Amino acid sequence: MARETLEAAPAVNPTYYLVEEDEHHAASGGGTLLGFWIYLMSDALIFATLFATYGVVSGNFAGGPSPREIFELPLVALNTAMLLFSSITFGMGMIDMESGRTRATLGWLAVTALFGFAFISIELYEFASLIAEGATPQRSAFLSGFFTLVGTHGLHVTFGLIWIAVMMVQIGQRGLIPENRRRLICLGMFWHLLDVVWIGVFTFVYLLGVLR
Amino acid sequence: MNASDNHVHGHGDTHGHGTRRDYLIGFALSAVLTAAPFWLVMTGALGDPRLTAGWIIALAFIQIVVHTIFFLHVNTQAEGGWTLLALLFTLVMVAIVISGSLWIMYHLNSNMMSMPMPPEAAAASS
Repeated sequence: MARETLEAAPAVNPTYYLVEEDEHHAASGGGTLLGFWIYLMSDALIFATLFATYGVVSGNFAGGPSPREIFELPLVALNTAMLLFSSITFGMGMIDMESGRTRATLGWLAVTALFGFAFISIELYEFASLIAEGATPQRSAFLSGFFTLVGTHGLHVTFGLIWIAVMMVQIGQRGLIPENRRRLICLGMFWHLLDVVWIGVFTFVYLLGVLR
Repeated sequence: MNASDNHVHGHGDTHGHGTRRDYLIGFALSAVLTAAPFWLVMTGALGDPRLTAGWIIALAFIQIVVHTIFFLHVNTQAEGGWTLLALLFTLVMVAIVISGSLWIMYHLNSNMMSMPMPPEAAAASS
């Protein structure tokens, strides 16, 4: 009976089985990526609540400084450029990853980290000069909302930088093994989503803030 | 199990994560879409702040779409369409959270403002 099944199976099943296998694998390979995507969507909701909070309190200055008085657009433009450059350099790294060029991937990751580090440095410089001017988070609801929203984004970028460093070590040790490729794709989605959030920040916080 | 899993990741990873052309087009578009609103606000080229605000908000939404397509590679095929579906659901939630908060708090604000009290109400309350 069992022998009969075994003998009969190859005639009909192989193609079917292989197709099934392939689909199953494609789904499980994508499982991590889809799961990470769901995490990113929940992260987007965190930023949505912070944007909503900022939107509600953005006019409550409590006699303190208004956006127009404290925001320096040239500095924000420079910061925005840094983050945008880091997105394209990460993209170049992903292309080298797909072609299996380990050293080039590591190089692009390093450049991306450099731009990300420049972004964080400029942001910290901005925060420091705001606080030195007396525009601290405690000063008004507007400033509390501002520091919370922009600070949370900066914290995400900081963790992205740590993740890039960890990935560079992992790739240096093991090369572009499938696990590292999967991690790099997740890191890429994370990094690009931070750039998307920053579009909201520079438009709704800085540009509209200076306009009003 | 492990070996076949490895095969899968190696196989799956080569698909749907963008070409050099995708990234360059996306970068060119987003560079323009970033520079334009900064230019509009910093030079005041349009004159009217309301008009400028409308344009920079529109440009931001276009740039978010550009990033989603060219950098995040969201399309109807990726992950069998589930990333797109999750994204659409999230966009609905984001829209409800942000517009709902602003709407409610705006009305709360305007109702809590110190308004001149009508005489009959003042008489009733005293």
